[in-house]
Amino acid sequence: MKLLKKIFLLLLLLPAFTYVNSETIKVGANEKFKTPEEAVRYSSDGDRIILSGGVYPVSALVIDKRIVLEGEKGAVIDGSLLKEILTVTADSVTIRNLTLRNTGTSFVTDVAAIRLENVSGCVLENNTVENSFFALYLSSSRNCTVTGNRIAGNSVSESFSGNGIHLWKCSNIAITNNEVSGQRDGIYLEFSVNSEISGNTSRGNLRYGLHFMFSEGNRYIDNVFRNNGAGVAVMYTKRITMTGNRFEDNWGANSYGLLLKDIDNSLIYSNTFTRNTAAIYMEGSNRVNVFGNNFENNGWALKILGNCYGDSVMNNSFSNNTFDVSTNSSGNTNFFMNNYWDKYRGYDLDRDSRGDVPYRPVSLFSLVVERVPEAVVLTGSFLVDLLDAAEKIVPVFTPETLADNHPLMNRDAK
Amino acid sequence: MRKIIKYFFGDIIRSKWIIVYTVMLLVFSAGIIYFSRDEQKALLSLLNIVMYLIPLLSMIFGSVYYYNSREFIEMLLTQPVKRSSVFYGQYFSLALTQMFGFIAGIVLPLLVFNFGLNSIFLMTAGTFLIFIFTGFALLISILVNDKIKGIGILITVWLLFAVFYDGIVLFMFYYFADYPLEKATIIASTLNPVDITRTMMMLRLDISAMFGYTGASFKKYFGSKAGYYVSLFILHMWMIIPAMIARRKFNKKNF
Repeated sequence: MKLLKKIFLLLLLLPAFTYVNSETIKVGANEKFKTPEEAVRYSSDGDRIILSGGVYPVSALVIDKRIVLEGEKGAVIDGSLLKEILTVTADSVTIRNLTLRNTGTSFVTDVAAIRLENVSGCVLENNTVENSFFALYLSSSRNCTVTGNRIAGNSVSESFSGNGIHLWKCSNIAITNNEVSGQRDGIYLEFSVNSEISGNTSRGNLRYGLHFMFSEGNRYIDNVFRNNGAGVAVMYTKRITMTGNRFEDNWGANSYGLLLKDIDNSLIYSNTFTRNTAAIYMEGSNRVNVFGNNFENNGWALKILGNCYGDSVMNNSFSNNTFDVSTNSSGNTNFFMNNYWDKYRGYDLDRDSRGDVPYRPVSLFSLVVERVPEAVVLTGSFLVDLLDAAEKIVPVFTPETLADNHPLMNRDAK
Repeated sequence: MRKIIKYFFGDIIRSKWIIVYTVMLLVFSAGIIYFSRDEQKALLSLLNIVMYLIPLLSMIFGSVYYYNSREFIEMLLTQPVKRSSVFYGQYFSLALTQMFGFIAGIVLPLLVFNFGLNSIFLMTAGTFLIFIFTGFALLISILVNDKIKGIGILITVWLLFAVFYDGIVLFMFYYFADYPLEKATIIASTLNPVDITRTMMMLRLDISAMFGYTGASFKKYFGSKAGYYVSLFILHMWMIIPAMIARRKFNKKNF
């Protein structure tokens, strides 16, 4: 009995031992450890390192233990424009509430403020990254979370800058509620699968707000992509879902709200596209469902090239766009139904809130512009309106089958 | 000359034409502003009125007035006045009355609904077009004595500026699609006063982003001081040359 009691007591104390094992290490000018390097060297798995307020010059610090690295208010890690700042090579590392700034710049390696290298279960939370080449770089990692970070770059040219949140060969990553601006690409994914990107704001980046390739099965929810150099471009990927995102103010000669190149079997729904030169540009994209989106004040709402097959466009609302739909082919293998078009002039005799005559969203002028882009200077010309009106009545050049046979009579009709 | 302007001016104001003109423009612009929810759309519709309706009305108004007051002009010419003064009196009173009608009918509602700089721009464009096409109207009516024939030619000239010119440009673009067309587009759109107006307004409305490469060169050109002055110069030429020729023909005309 006594032995049993002893064992029981020991068992009870066991968590306490492990607790004692995980130490909280303070770093600061008045603490035992003056620099993060010393603290990391001293620490062991499970420890928590807290940086008190102050600036710590750090260059190429490798975190190879399972620790939590935290900053108190005003804790800044400064890379002094030399190299990478933090490289994480251990699983389950958490880095939070830190300000990191001034990474080096390199054209040989991808220098980052924080790099996760082949790890799992790491968390990057509420950090601020300023003036970095790459900001948060996740390489070959799994099950990590990147949340609440604020990344503010001051890139001036594409070739001298890196991406905000960069994922390379990752899986199951959650990227939520981050704010990225002033980088080359805001959020970049390559060979990264099954991840969720939600609630982020990516604006004012030099190239793309969001850019991915070969990254299947990802979900993009409630993000805002605003005023990026060339908008959002996504390529060579299957099975993606985009919903509740806002694509705004991607306005420029070569700018797209959402450029889809070779995107297959995907869903794009309930997004809002406003003031983009081309809201959605589709090239080689098959079986994409575009539904319930709102297109307003764009140059082209939908540019859908002839090499897109089996896409369906339903229940969207198109208003105040210069061109609703444009294409470069005289055939059509895509499906349009039940959209609201503000340019529709049909009638609804049976009062089912769907128009009784088909609407052909491709205008003759948009075909001309597709062939001779310079002709766009004639936008708004009386002649153009005349030609379009004539073509609407008797379609000769525009694709006969590209029509919405049951367009909605008003925007709110469902 | 001031006296002659006063006479013509009074004559035009007394005719109900100009009142109908003003009220019609007012109804159009107020309706468009009131019924379109979007400012850009309203501006585009108003731009269409300024670009197409105003020139047509200027021409018809100008020539009908000239044909109808032929006897009055002949009577005036028996008096000791210079022929040029009679011509200018008629030209300026026609253009100025229309300008007042245009300002009251279109620019005032725009100012009331707070369209800011765009209303000033439309005002400038409309005024230029009124002067240009009044000149054309007088030129054609002085050259052609037959009223019906004159109005027919007028409508053809209007079609030329408003529709055919763009058609020719479009055809040229299409035909020469394989060649670099940036410069050609700039030249094409500065030669026609209606097109200058449209292009400038389009650039103001920020549709320029859709112009692609052309847009870059366009913005550079029309945004630059040089482009601005060249456009202004061409508008002035369109205003002065037809009116000058008309005056010369009027001076030598055998009534």
